[in-house]
Amino acid sequence: MSWTLFATAIISAMLINNVILMQFLGICPFLGVSKRSSSAIGMSAAVLFVMVIASAVTYTIYDLVLHPFDIPYISTIAFILVIASLVQLVEMILKRYSKSLYKSLGIYLPLITTNCAILGVSEGNITGIWTATMPYWNGLGLAIATAVGTGLGFGLIIFAFSSVRERLDSSNVPKAWKGVPISLVVAGIMSLAFFGLVGVI
Amino acid sequence: MGVKDKVIKVSNKENFLKGFVKENPIFVFLLGMCPALAVTSTFETSLGMGLLVVFVLTSSNIVISLIRNYIPNDVRTPSYIVVIATFVTIVRMFTERYSPDLYTALGVFLPLIVVNCLILGRAEAYASKNKVIDSAIDGLGMGLGFTFALVVIGVMREFLATGVIMYGNYLPFGVDAPIYLFNFDWIIEGFVFLVNLIPFISFTTNGFTISDYSLAMFSLPPGAFISLAIILAGIQFKKVRKEEKLAAEKKAFIAEKKRIALEKKKAAALKKVGEN
Repeated sequence: MSWTLFATAIISAMLINNVILMQFLGICPFLGVSKRSSSAIGMSAAVLFVMVIASAVTYTIYDLVLHPFDIPYISTIAFILVIASLVQLVEMILKRYSKSLYKSLGIYLPLITTNCAILGVSEGNITGIWTATMPYWNGLGLAIATAVGTGLGFGLIIFAFSSVRERLDSSNVPKAWKGVPISLVVAGIMSLAFFGLVGVI
Repeated sequence: MGVKDKVIKVSNKENFLKGFVKENPIFVFLLGMCPALAVTSTFETSLGMGLLVVFVLTSSNIVISLIRNYIPNDVRTPSYIVVIATFVTIVRMFTERYSPDLYTALGVFLPLIVVNCLILGRAEAYASKNKVIDSAIDGLGMGLGFTFALVVIGVMREFLATGVIMYGNYLPFGVDAPIYLFNFDWIIEGFVFLVNLIPFISFTTNGFTISDYSLAMFSLPPGAFISLAIILAGIQFKKVRKEEKLAAEKKAFIAEKKRIALEKKKAAALKKVGEN
């Protein structure tokens, strides 16, 4: 396992298969939270944090528990429960040990349980990376690299989009397009730009 | 559970129909946007996804409504998620067995029905407070409303991207081979046929087919955002028109009242002058 493989996984998850613009995961926070840049940064930091931990944990559970016991079909139930309890756990740990981090990320953490990006990346790791023959540590490394790339891609898009949106507020948009429709058009144009990156790697 | 059954006087028909237009999950509430953008590149995948959601939503609503009085309030959400995830797993196995093409086409969005805000939202807002039959009707109506919205987007995107509407690629039920539900070339052929009925005119299209002039962008991710934006803008346009009309009517009503009051005043003043 060379470092280029991990770097490729990160770049590919961040820019080429961008989580919002290409895979359509996490549209709800994208449209809901991205009205101001500061909250967009907080949300994306919380997502990155939880996504990395959740990917590592779910990959481990699948590889070391579900597969050896021959119950891979139960993965959806197992993953969503693990993610839901993990978010609670992270919230409690942050509250106890890092007040400042809790203050900045805390309000976004409960929203993350139902964020489809987290479960989507966990499921995607299983279908995309996991094979029965792959050594555990290599697969785990790739899963974490994908999660880091996806989280960074989420943050990049949600921050860029919130900046566009702050300027859109003061511009004169036709009444019929105000609000969600014009945001979706902006997202479409951004997606078109990102489409140019397909095939780079 | 502390919440008592609410007595809401809504007929079953109204309860069923509200999901289509008035409370449409996608067009009005913007719930479940991820599948609405991701799986709607063709009519069939939209229909398949919609029907799966109908099944999951109806059955989870029934089960949650049955057990609503036994679930402690504090662990409400996790219990609902487990119920929903169970039905999603069942649906996933069935799809993999009976429609493997649809299974590959939906990909990660099949297990992601679990975190669809629509299903958890209906469980929280409706099934946990209402009787079983009402919840079942609500789930069926809302699910079909969701399917309706997905199919509208899917038909629009597939038509703009290819000029045809296909059936039979992903859902192999009822047909042996893929068939065209609609093909724009039929309209062109009909037009050519009608023109050629006029004597002394022989009209050909020189090999024109709609597939040469289709907008492939609409089957790709950018097209998903833009087509949904167009539909939402159309809905908002209608709403804005209605509001403007109401405001204009109100303004006219106030102006009329003012005018009448002014005339009365004038009449009273004239009367006073006449008396003097």
